[in-house]
Amino acid sequence: MSNREWPLWEVFIRSKQGLNHKHVGSLRAPDATLALANARDVYTRRSEGISIWVIESNNVHASDPSDADSLFEPSDTKVYRHPTFYEVPDGIKHM
Amino acid sequence: MKNEALYNYVLRLGDDSLILGQRLGEWCGHGPILEEDIAMTNISLDLIGQAMSLLDYAGELDGQGKDHDALAFLRFENEYRNALLLEQPNGDFANTMMRQFLFDAFRKPLYEKLLDSTDKQIAAIAEKSLKETRYHLKHTSEWVIRLGDGTDESHQRAQTALDLLWRYTDELFFETADDVSLVASGIVPAMNEIKTQWSKTVLSVLEEATLIIPTNNWQFEGGRKGVHSEHLGFLLADLQYMQRAYPNMKW
Amino acid sequence: MDLQELEKRFQEKIDKEIKIEPNDWMPDEYRKTLIRQISQHAHSEIVGMLPEGNWITRAPNLRRKAVLLAKVQDEAGHGLYLYSSVETLGADREATIDDLHSGKAKYSSIFNYPAVTWADIGTIGWLVDGAAIMNQVALCRCSYGPYARGMVKICKEESFHQRQGFESLVTLCNGTPTQKAMAQDAMNRFWWPSLMMFGPSDDESPNSAQSMKWKIKRFSNDELRQSFVDATVPQAEILGLTIPDPNLKWNEETGHYDFSPINWDEFWQVVNGNGPCNKERIEARTKAKEEGMWVREAAMAYAEKRALKKTA
Repeated sequence: MSNREWPLWEVFIRSKQGLNHKHVGSLRAPDATLALANARDVYTRRSEGISIWVIESNNVHASDPSDADSLFEPSDTKVYRHPTFYEVPDGIKHM
Repeated sequence: MKNEALYNYVLRLGDDSLILGQRLGEWCGHGPILEEDIAMTNISLDLIGQAMSLLDYAGELDGQGKDHDALAFLRFENEYRNALLLEQPNGDFANTMMRQFLFDAFRKPLYEKLLDSTDKQIAAIAEKSLKETRYHLKHTSEWVIRLGDGTDESHQRAQTALDLLWRYTDELFFETADDVSLVASGIVPAMNEIKTQWSKTVLSVLEEATLIIPTNNWQFEGGRKGVHSEHLGFLLADLQYMQRAYPNMKW
Repeated sequence: MDLQELEKRFQEKIDKEIKIEPNDWMPDEYRKTLIRQISQHAHSEIVGMLPEGNWITRAPNLRRKAVLLAKVQDEAGHGLYLYSSVETLGADREATIDDLHSGKAKYSSIFNYPAVTWADIGTIGWLVDGAAIMNQVALCRCSYGPYARGMVKICKEESFHQRQGFESLVTLCNGTPTQKAMAQDAMNRFWWPSLMMFGPSDDESPNSAQSMKWKIKRFSNDELRQSFVDATVPQAEILGLTIPDPNLKWNEETGHYDFSPINWDEFWQVVNGNGPCNKERIEARTKAKEEGMWVREAAMAYAEKRALKKTA
């Protein structure tokens, strides 16, 4: 697939006083180095001395145990249904 | 004036930050991707902040009650002391990153040495600014490498930028006879030390970027002596407009 | 579980103020409505960078320049948080941006007006951000989790912008007659477009009822607009600025300000592409994306080369 746009990364931040990393959002970056740099610029503009984790969204696997009924997709699903997480063969239009 | 030599030195630092900050601000809303728009604006903001501190200090040294605004907005073209490199137009993203990289690679070792200045005020400014400059240098180095070693098109654009801007780099290491006395008093470092560090960084990054350093080492100069390119006039027309059109008002 | 049961459970969650999260089942229409609304909100932040960005190089002093740089940077960041939320719904950010450039997707009509004087910058902060805040505070309680959380973050930062805009105008209004006149002129041009930011009356908005039921929308357009007028009139009085509406009057009975009818012709024309700056705004954004393509491709090419080297 020749999508030359940058892939999606999820960003997790632990603040100075924090005990753990919290999910704060996502951004686009071509690789981990720029993802970290961009995360600093976007998500930490007002604070210093924190820890940043970035993970390519495609590599995050999720399940949602809070919902006892099967109102969610079965186990080992993606964190959300983003179009670029799924390979579409070349030649398929409008997808 | 308390210390004319130091005034001139600090003015150069302040003007470099001011003019480059101004140039980067032009990218706002026009960057190649949203994340980079934020990154460039961040660098611009840091530089304007540095300009404010440096020009305030210059004003103090001048002893005529001028603050950073009086210096930034009310001088004539030939009174600015920024290096020619900084007033060059942004051009494309490769040109902007190359200009920034060549400058950051100079500022980082300079601020590092200024941390030990016998002048406490300059040391304090250096300490605050160094954190920012380290980050800028990392960011622009990463981009020079990616553009140089990216696609054929990006490589070509990066090489073009380097060929164009290389001729403005020597001026960064401009040193006067007065500066030599500042060096002797431990207020500022000798420029040849800074140049050595700069060369190391630049050669290493450019090599990784697969870019070639121009062999023709003809260099431009003039900015440090107030002899500027045609570009500065237009830049100042924008920068100074409000204060010239509406003199003596508070904003 | 059949569709009816799913919809029933979904509505129950909403009624109980339980947030809907990305992997929860949701009606297609709920997803589509949010994708449209959130992406248009994101586009508004990005396009909104342009009228203000215009004045960065001409800010009248270095402090104002720095404040404006920070504000526009925040707006880019807000756009990013919002695109981030919309991607959790299965939309692709770049595809929504392409829709913006093609005219398929809209953005807040206010940004189709020009920022022609320095006073416009303060006025945009005061009125435009003020109107946005009114809208956004309501959205902090939106039923969709990522959007609501994004809005909480945005609201914190936005109130800072409004205060700075107002402070800039205080300086102008307490300055020279020329400066005061500059502020009044900006007010004259931005007042009505700011009221239009809340959108048409809800009886003109076909999707309003469903959006309210799903708690995507918490208050009607008219309610928010009225709150805005009520909050802003006293602020204008502090500035000593006249609101360009001869019929603006406090109504003792209702406890609100009455104001003149809005020129909806102008609103629809501007929303549909005939505002003073629509063409320039879209051209600028399209140009940035197109001219940035080689940059984005270079970064991808480099990343791919690195990845290959690692596995080699």
